Amino acid sequence: MKLPRWFHLFGSPPFVYRLAGALIPWLGGIACTLLIVGAYWSLVVVPPDAVQGEVYRILYIHPQTAYVSMMAYVVMAVTAGIGYIWRIKLAHAVAVSAAPIGASFTACALVSGSLWGRPTWGTYWEWGDPRIMFETLLLFLFLSYLALRAAFEDRDKADRVSAILAVVGVVNVPIIHYSVLWWNTLHQGPTISKLDSPSMATEFLIPFLIMMAGFTFCFYWLLLSRLRAEIVERERDTRWLQDALQGGRA
Amino acid sequence: MKRAFFAILQRDLQIAFRRVSEIANPLLFFIIVASLFPLAVSPDSEHLRGIGGGVLWVVALLSSLLALEGLFRADAEDGSLEQLMLSPVPLGVAVLAKVTAHWLVTIVPLVLLTPVLALSFALPVGVLPVMAFALLLATPTLSVLVALGAALTLGLRRGGAIVGLLVLPLTAPLLIFGTRAIDLGVYGESVAAPLYLLAALAALAVSLGPVAIAAALRVGVE
Amino acid sequence: MNDLLSMGGHGAYVWPAYGITLAVIVFNVWAARRKLASALDEARRSVGKDQPRNQPRVRQLQ
Repeated sequence: MKLPRWFHLFGSPPFVYRLAGALIPWLGGIACTLLIVGAYWSLVVVPPDAVQGEVYRILYIHPQTAYVSMMAYVVMAVTAGIGYIWRIKLAHAVAVSAAPIGASFTACALVSGSLWGRPTWGTYWEWGDPRIMFETLLLFLFLSYLALRAAFEDRDKADRVSAILAVVGVVNVPIIHYSVLWWNTLHQGPTISKLDSPSMATEFLIPFLIMMAGFTFCFYWLLLSRLRAEIVERERDTRWLQDALQGGRA
Repeated sequence: MKRAFFAILQRDLQIAFRRVSEIANPLLFFIIVASLFPLAVSPDSEHLRGIGGGVLWVVALLSSLLALEGLFRADAEDGSLEQLMLSPVPLGVAVLAKVTAHWLVTIVPLVLLTPVLALSFALPVGVLPVMAFALLLATPTLSVLVALGAALTLGLRRGGAIVGLLVLPLTAPLLIFGTRAIDLGVYGESVAAPLYLLAALAALAVSLGPVAIAAALRVGVE
Repeated sequence: MNDLLSMGGHGAYVWPAYGITLAVIVFNVWAARRKLASALDEARRSVGKDQPRNQPRVRQLQ
């Protein structure tokens, strides 16, 4: 089977380096615009909630960062798996770039959730709540991935061993997602699903979705930014990079 | 394949029984640490009953980590692990045999010891069978996770420090369900749900775990 | 303006939530930039040291 050229191009560090460099300003611009507009909309434009008052505005931060944290882990696990199976170094570079960003978003989700929980549920932290527990586990998985990598001196070995950990941990993501269905939790059920119409009124839904899109673009913006640095680190002694540096094109 | 499984199992059991002190260490650790809690927290039986289930689970987890050094490292060092990889036996089967041996030698004595220690935590006698059964269901998963941690860190000189960081978060669901079973048992309610979940996790871990462990071993031995 | 800051009395929850998220994003941007800058510095320092590795050119296979 003759694979298309673009397939090989995505395994080529110089190509991805340049592509990322071209995409980053756009992703950053879109992300910042969406986040600024969304934040203003969430804080000022939208009226307060009938039940929760002003504090419900964390709705425009918490589910979005949680969603992105799960997406980040899937990106990390899938790319690490691809790198492990087909021995594509660039895939591992993507995985290792996704890890700290994913950990950051997970932390944001946990902190924003905790701040939301205090006035609404009465507690900063509910140890028994499955969704909180499994999201915390996700944070530990990101950190374990990075810690395991750091313990190995040989980068290839680090890549491959941590890939196994990443793939094993991916079962956590559907557990987080379905935890509200499987257990009685303090968390409510999902408001947006692929098949049904959303159970949120439109005036609240629009900033919700804007922030969701904003954080998603933000994740990919940060991912590509970090990926460029990771590529340079890994490809330090290659001809393409040295030529580019000498020609001032890096 | 079944013969190979039992052959490897028998070999590992024989090796383990030659070094009985290595079996005893985690058990002694378990007893000592579990005994520290009533001293440190409060000898009041109401308090103890409240924390007893959880304490025993946590200490059991920590004790199982102690025993993992012998799981793969000795074989990796003298080259028998590589021989096992080169043999026609699928590595997953060999791994399953080794993990089973580890479970029988290290974990099962722990499980048998737990009801005794549970009494010292003023847990009601009626909940002891529940606790033992819950541990019995949870420990295969635990052994698999511990073995995975050992395999992932095989190539490291000082892998012991990081194994806890890898394995303990993954054992959190076991802890949640296990202690829930004990709490339900203490209050006399049906413990079926957490036990089913523990059994499901065990089935998942025992079937898929050896695959991941074998992959990690291959990378570690490279 | 006061309404905005106090958020109906829940200002202490809402603003840190938004603020910490913003800080985390800004930190990640800064960290990525710093990593790239230091990686490029390292790369520049090793220009001309050893024989560089060749990256295979991606051409259409016949």
